[in-house]
Amino acid sequence: MPVANGQTSTDWIKEIEAIRDTKDHTAFARVFGHFGPRVKGYLMRSGTSAEAAEECVQEVMVTLWNKAHLFDPARASVSTWIFTIARNKQIDVVRKTRRPEPEELTWGPQEEPQQDEVITLQQESQKLGDAIAALPDKQRDLVEKAYFGDLTHSEIADETGLPLGTIKSRLRLALDRLRHSMK
Amino acid sequence: MQDIKHHLTDALLMAYAAGSLPEAFDLVVATHVSLCDECRARLGAFEAVGGHFVETAEAAELSDDAFAKTMALIAAQDGEQIKAPAPRTDGIFPTPLRNYVGGDKDAVKWRSVGGGVRQMILPTKGNASVRLLHIPAGASVPDHGHRGTELTLVLQGAFRDETDQFGVGDIEVANEDLDHTPVAMDGEDCICLAATDAPLRFNSLLPRLAQPFVRI
Repeated sequence: MPVANGQTSTDWIKEIEAIRDTKDHTAFARVFGHFGPRVKGYLMRSGTSAEAAEECVQEVMVTLWNKAHLFDPARASVSTWIFTIARNKQIDVVRKTRRPEPEELTWGPQEEPQQDEVITLQQESQKLGDAIAALPDKQRDLVEKAYFGDLTHSEIADETGLPLGTIKSRLRLALDRLRHSMK
Repeated sequence: MQDIKHHLTDALLMAYAAGSLPEAFDLVVATHVSLCDECRARLGAFEAVGGHFVETAEAAELSDDAFAKTMALIAAQDGEQIKAPAPRTDGIFPTPLRNYVGGDKDAVKWRSVGGGVRQMILPTKGNASVRLLHIPAGASVPDHGHRGTELTLVLQGAFRDETDQFGVGDIEVANEDLDHTPVAMDGEDCICLAATDAPLRFNSLLPRLAQPFVRI
């Protein structure tokens, strides 16, 4: 299986677009080779057995194939989008029902995300990752515990200390434009 | 978009992003986010944190035939493209709530709980519960405290309590520190979606003996 090295987040967007536009198997294999083992690792760390995680990865990748046209690079990086699919699958398996999700917002027929919005959001995602990596150990440990299911909502501090202001503002702008395009 | 003043806490948005909330709370968060782009943007930021943890997760080796199996699953589908569920254009219930009720407010199977207040408990798994409440204009829910967390999302009308006033789209996040008496505002009956992860604790004997809700 081909394994891609040194791909940037905009390269991954192109792969998803190739899956969307031409059902490109090679692009899909690259996404699978990179994200599949990471999703499995993520699921196992949050308490899923290796066997169940393996099966879950396959379902996540099928969903990615089917939903490639719903991916919006002005609102998420590819890894963030894959995270949401994996998290939902994990919950579906435990509860045997669909997790309630917010109404989906998609671009109107005349509009699509602008390239500068996409680039800025991808850069902000990267910066956020760097900032998380640079957190003091104790603080990063708490955030990881929250994401790997070791803390309940009442155990999570209301002040998370995560620098989310900039990425949130970008997302807010993207949503405003998207709402406008839906009218 | 309504003018929403009361939002979700970071802790709830982070737990929803991480997938660790009970189903009842998931439903209230998903319903509020459907109405509130501010919280949708904040949720997107918390999901980006999750994306970072996937990106940096320790890779766990997949079995040799994982890719082939996945392609077989894809080939076995009927090939019909998934359409995004269209955002609702009418009614007062956002899509996630409609999916639990089986329709908009006309589809609610109300049961009287006394004092003119009606409710419908929605089926969810886990140790939290969620209900729709219909409170006549001007009526109140008795003074109560909480052992756990209570989320109250307004879908029609408005209510006020000791802390503030809450209109359509607003969510009140109450914990054990808050004793309050919510009162539906005059003018329009109030419909709320309310979830709690512990039984409410009423502060006077009467409502406990009679019904959970009485009219002033």
